[in-house]
Amino acid sequence: MAKLKKAPEDMEYILVTDVGSTTTKARFFSNKSGEWRFVVAGEAPTTVEAPYEDVTMGVQNAVREIEELTGHKILAPDGSGITVPYEHGSGVDLYCTTSSAGGGLQMMVGGFIKAITAESANRAALGAGSIVMDVFAEDDGRAPYQKIRRIRSLRPDMILVAGGTDGGDTTHVIQLIELIKAADPKPRLGVSYNLPLVYAGNKDVRPQAQRLLGENFALEIVDNLRPVLEVENTEPARMAVHELFMEHVMSHAPGYPRLMKWTDVDIMPTPAGEGMSIQLIADTFKKNTIGVGLGGATTNVYSVVDSRFVRSVSANLGMSYSVSNVMKEAGLGDIMRWLPFSRDEEDIGRRLSNKMIRPTTIPQTLEELIIEHSVAREALRLGLGHHKSIATRLKGMKLGEGMDRGTFFDQELAETYIDMLTLEVIAGTGGLLSHAPDRIQSMMILTDAWQPEGVTWMFQDSVFMMPHLGVLSTVYRDAAWNIFDKDCLVRLGTNIAPKGMISQGSEVMKVSWTAPDGSEFQETVRGGEIKRIKLPEGVEVDALVEPAHGLDVGAEPGKSLEAKVIGGIGGVILDGRGRPIQLPDEAEARRTLLREWFAVLEMYPAEMIGKLY
Amino acid sequence: MMTENNDSEKNTEAFAYTPGLKVKRLMTVSKERRLPLLGDILVEEGASVSYDTIVAKTEVPGDPRLVKVSAILGIDQNEIHDFLYKKEGDKLQKGEVFGNYKAWFGLINREVTSPMDGEIESISKLTGQVIIRPEPVPVEVNAYIPGKVVGIMPREGVVVATQAAFIQGILGLGGEAHGEVRIVVDSPEDELTAERISEEDKGHILIGGSLITLEAFKRAAKIGVAGLVAGGMNYTDVTEIMGEAIGVAITGHEEIGTTLIITEGFGKMNMSTRTFDLLKSFEGYVAAINGATQIRAGVLRPEIIIPHDEKEELEKEGLSAGMTSGTPVRIIREPNFGAIGKVASLPVELMRVESGSKVRVLVVRLDDGTEVTIPRANVEIIEE
Repeated sequence: MAKLKKAPEDMEYILVTDVGSTTTKARFFSNKSGEWRFVVAGEAPTTVEAPYEDVTMGVQNAVREIEELTGHKILAPDGSGITVPYEHGSGVDLYCTTSSAGGGLQMMVGGFIKAITAESANRAALGAGSIVMDVFAEDDGRAPYQKIRRIRSLRPDMILVAGGTDGGDTTHVIQLIELIKAADPKPRLGVSYNLPLVYAGNKDVRPQAQRLLGENFALEIVDNLRPVLEVENTEPARMAVHELFMEHVMSHAPGYPRLMKWTDVDIMPTPAGEGMSIQLIADTFKKNTIGVGLGGATTNVYSVVDSRFVRSVSANLGMSYSVSNVMKEAGLGDIMRWLPFSRDEEDIGRRLSNKMIRPTTIPQTLEELIIEHSVAREALRLGLGHHKSIATRLKGMKLGEGMDRGTFFDQELAETYIDMLTLEVIAGTGGLLSHAPDRIQSMMILTDAWQPEGVTWMFQDSVFMMPHLGVLSTVYRDAAWNIFDKDCLVRLGTNIAPKGMISQGSEVMKVSWTAPDGSEFQETVRGGEIKRIKLPEGVEVDALVEPAHGLDVGAEPGKSLEAKVIGGIGGVILDGRGRPIQLPDEAEARRTLLREWFAVLEMYPAEMIGKLY
Repeated sequence: MMTENNDSEKNTEAFAYTPGLKVKRLMTVSKERRLPLLGDILVEEGASVSYDTIVAKTEVPGDPRLVKVSAILGIDQNEIHDFLYKKEGDKLQKGEVFGNYKAWFGLINREVTSPMDGEIESISKLTGQVIIRPEPVPVEVNAYIPGKVVGIMPREGVVVATQAAFIQGILGLGGEAHGEVRIVVDSPEDELTAERISEEDKGHILIGGSLITLEAFKRAAKIGVAGLVAGGMNYTDVTEIMGEAIGVAITGHEEIGTTLIITEGFGKMNMSTRTFDLLKSFEGYVAAINGATQIRAGVLRPEIIIPHDEKEELEKEGLSAGMTSGTPVRIIREPNFGAIGKVASLPVELMRVESGSKVRVLVVRLDDGTEVTIPRANVEIIEE
């Protein structure tokens, strides 16, 4: 819980860190200029592993870099941590941190029906920022002994158990509890403490849960996350997960007991902080938003659609540690379809495998950069596919009464509600996107991977501080938003793309607007074409988008749409490539087309691309 | 690493932190030997142990089976005790009838049998389930390396220490093994091919140069070679050996017959001269190797441990001091991947590299005298 040493309105300096699996990233903020702004960043390798095994060393190293860059003393001279509050020219008024070091929060979840309570439990665990190792349910297709074997082998940080609606059947939920008790799982960080377990199922089973699990688990009982089929109430479970994370998991990780004493608010899992930032965007713009944190090990996708927030994590999709797994899941062919030059599979397989075993290396040559960008498109595409499987309508809801068949439910009808045409904002963060040498590259990586439809605003994190601002927003929203708006959220621009199959060369849409200086803009886009229109950051125009017959930009097929278009570093992308994007099957024709697109978009230096064959 | 907007205000220290893999001639190697669950420690502190000495043992409870008795017998859950012949704690044999429901003068006669040998752990009136637990499975942990027991973790395990040469690889497949070191190539550039392996290599650890070929691995596994060590392997060959493409690098559990360790990376990569020469100097010694690799939370690299009693000054195993001018480094990314050299300088300014990124760089003087400028992230220190 927050134990602030100064009221937010009296604060002058704030320090926030993110203890990542590879790097600890410190961000220093100040309101000396009269408004809250980002001042400087300091980074250092995370020290969670042997021989250091103390995360506070990495935190101090990162903070020391800030001290060297600014001359502002932050670390306590006696080595006891961070000086809080700011007094006599040194220290900060608030210190908080997110963390994903040591693999983050790894959970196992269980429910009675896979598509109903187990799925809700899964969403609750993901929403709390965890990696879900496995989801168990009565109907998951595994025999009880197989589930027991799996549970015993997992060694999670925490378990979340749901099952049943309040007042409903109790037997099957107790069976699930008996199964977990029989498996007797052990926590990941040692055998000397009880594994935390959150029970969020049928309230009538609480006494049995207490009796069966109370002794061998650190048990927390909270409100049912599906009290009735029509309602999903994940908040109590999510909060319990956060509390147990601090109390039972973090306290066993190397150096964390010390770090917990330094912070003024609870340590938050990095994805939870990132998710809060995406929610901040959706709340502020009042638009359906989808965001991604494309990391080295994992890909987190967050969506806010009609105010419903859902997070998915693809634990093994990432750009360094997990890069080989992207190659495995997507297939080398799908990665290589984005390359404008010819290479054999052994060559690409070798390069990416070498990146996996030396995950901290960075591309030095343009060739290596383009290969990584190709992988990123596929990681994002797979991550979105996974997100769609999580972001579904509530299953199990009663739809109505059949004439002679009694009540029927909608399990067969369930599908994702993620529709690129209704998503109005895309935001990206993570090392690859933030460090792309040119922002148009990250804009097009996101565009090619997710293929936005209609009129979509695109943003990205400037220097990776979404997790930082997410945790800061829990105690000081105004400061967090000001920094977010001014220093974090880079306006990439707007993508305008009609949904539907296009014919090469035929007219796809007309786009027109009146610029603030009064000049008229009009452009016709043909099938297969992509155009980059420069519109600076900070400029907004009211555009008229007129799609060709049968194509949809958000106002029904063939109908015109008036929409606000924002400028940005990338400008406005008029995308006539169709949805889905059509790439030629023939390899050389595909490469030629990619080179054309890259040239039109000015993604990479043209003279360099020409040399890469 | 600093962000671009800090260009003008950088510290001037010519220093960088880039951990490397250990290649040491003599150091004290300590290994924790832990049980999966609490158990018994079989050795005392100070005891001398060998590779195969069992140092701790425990019994891991078997995987229990849940039998839905009330459903099988067609009875109410809370009546379960009335229809069982056995109670909690009783032993059962596989196929043994331990419950029965009869009605209609025996016309309905349902029985429930045990799916395994074991003991009844619980009988639930709430769910009508019986949990049967099989006999525990004994688990033993050996010393893995010869040496002295230098620490006891009560009921959890021991720490064994020895003086040895210690070499970390970059990726391995297969678990712990030991055997006599034999060099089967003439130079670090030579490939470890099937022709270089003979029946006499059974139980040995064979050191190659630049590449372990797929045929070499197949022959080694067939003969019963304990381990193969070389600079690299082809990506497609690793896929074939594992039976699937390698996804996340968490290895060590593969049952492939011969433990494999590569020291440099994927592809044909000359083993570093230092590593090769060190291994060559210990030809004929017995080494313990482990292919287990984990490149994520809890970094674990494959290792070669060669205990010996050479009287040299022990190399101190401290924390890496970082990189300064003169530090030997290896380039670990294209271009010049695999090249060895020494740090010539560590420029303070961020520099734009070919990819367009502005990054911190260093200048490396390669062994052939040429100098290359590369991102600091793309080298690793060769720890001496």
